[in-house]
Amino acid sequence: MAKRELTKRRLIELAHARSGDKGDLVNIGLIARKPEDYPILVREVTADRVKQHFAGVCQGPVERFELPNLGALNFLLHQALDGGGTVALKADPQGKTYSTALLRMEIEV
Amino acid sequence: MIRIANGQGFWGDSLQAPVEQIRRGPIDYLTLDYLAEVTMSILQKQRTRDPQAGYARDFVELIARVLPDLKDRRIRVIANAGGINPMGCRDAVLEAAARQNIKIKVATVTGDDITDRLDQFFKRGIELKNMDTGEPLSAIQAQVERANVYFGAFPVAEALSQGAEIVITGRVADAALTLAPMVHEFGWKETDWDKLSAGVIAGHAIECGAQVTGGNCQVDWETIPDLADIGYPIVEAEPDGTFCVTKHAGTGGRVTVASVKEQLLYEIGDPAQYITPDCVADFTTIHLEQAGPDRVRFTGVRGRPATNYYKVSASFTAGYKAVGSVVYTWPDAYKKARAADQILRQRLSNLGLRFDAIRTEFVGANACHSIPAGEPAPEIEPHLPEVVLRVGVRSENRAAVERFTREIAPLVLSGPPSVSGLGLGRPRVEEIVAFWPALIPKSEVRPEVAIWPSAS
Repeated sequence: MAKRELTKRRLIELAHARSGDKGDLVNIGLIARKPEDYPILVREVTADRVKQHFAGVCQGPVERFELPNLGALNFLLHQALDGGGTVALKADPQGKTYSTALLRMEIEV
Repeated sequence: MIRIANGQGFWGDSLQAPVEQIRRGPIDYLTLDYLAEVTMSILQKQRTRDPQAGYARDFVELIARVLPDLKDRRIRVIANAGGINPMGCRDAVLEAAARQNIKIKVATVTGDDITDRLDQFFKRGIELKNMDTGEPLSAIQAQVERANVYFGAFPVAEALSQGAEIVITGRVADAALTLAPMVHEFGWKETDWDKLSAGVIAGHAIECGAQVTGGNCQVDWETIPDLADIGYPIVEAEPDGTFCVTKHAGTGGRVTVASVKEQLLYEIGDPAQYITPDCVADFTTIHLEQAGPDRVRFTGVRGRPATNYYKVSASFTAGYKAVGSVVYTWPDAYKKARAADQILRQRLSNLGLRFDAIRTEFVGANACHSIPAGEPAPEIEPHLPEVVLRVGVRSENRAAVERFTREIAPLVLSGPPSVSGLGLGRPRVEEIVAFWPALIPKSEVRPEVAIWPSAS
């Protein structure tokens, strides 16, 4: 039997996403493009990896919730918006583009 | 089955969308969401200048424009356009109707404004602790501008059952605007947790307007047809709590399981516990199915009992900020922008100015994605056609922020070369209004529903 090699792929090939804010918190919904890829997301895109990916941006903890019914994960990035919507000095004060920032992540498939 | 349309995802959304929702196909209810937290503070500022202001004026202009259509088609409107002055909004709407000699029954839902009761609450030990930090609201009392409770769907449904054709509310939960007509039409009870949760999820699906019908959608975005004429969303609701999300035939955009999933995940926390005034909805029970072109069916939604609290949002002033930008061009645009940032910071420091925060971003290099994007590749970096230097400061001290705004323009003549001020002029100093999320026992506040038939 041929040995299956792990290859690195960008998350954007397997998933789409949307992000938004609540105070100083950003949520990122990560959705498998194909239902059969959902278990890969569950395995690879852990809260720790997301925290690492946003190191320096997200000052607080990262929580992860699973929605197997939608083939999706929801991440909460605490203290990730420079104080939140109206306070933040950022070009993206509501974290709208954190979705695609997450999709830059490389995972092993 | 009833059709509930959304025609406004936030104040500042398309002025035309609600008109198209009314005229391009059948709907029974039109919901309009004008209030973001930011909006409440803008309305506050407007009312400080003019006591008659403090509501969404766009809404009154819209009603004046479509009133005959609403009457002809028997469409009822539910809008949180009242902002911090629902009675002012009511007066303006009734006046617009009188000018056209049209009789209309307007209802108001108020009681959400607890600004004047804060002292009384504090004295009785209701601390309105910050949900994130645990601090009591009294700690910043001098800075508090307003405090509003988010009501649920039942007072709005009550207004509908009293025959209101236009319901104007202050603060209510966004999704309640959509849930209310279901409660009214289907006679749902306050303990019908599964059905109420389905209605809340329907509301969540359409409350951001076109963001569920193909707007801001990442899947195959280039092939989504006619975004210029994008159709806003419509819920077709059934008495059993199942519903479809769709849009008018012949409009642009696309409603797919993918577009719907993106919106469902927008601005949520724990998906199994989406807390609203009316119930706790469980997003992990939703079953989606593409039921036809531009039509997604929702089934299986479950929910749990509501909590004993309403959410409160208090707004408070939190210092000042300003953001300035200049653009540097090829060659070495990024290197020039970084050098200019250092020069600017040195000048601010030489002036003895202190800020609570200074933030620099390089638009065109990595402003939005910042650290996850990393630095531009070394072989690309010197060739970037242009990079915007964007610097923001924040301080309690208005004078320091004001002084900062004078230091941007000089960079054009006294810093690195090949630079433009972007035609923006001097940055504006903005007073920061921040938000304080808290909870209040439901027994402490009561929604007030009133009907105001037009005089004519």
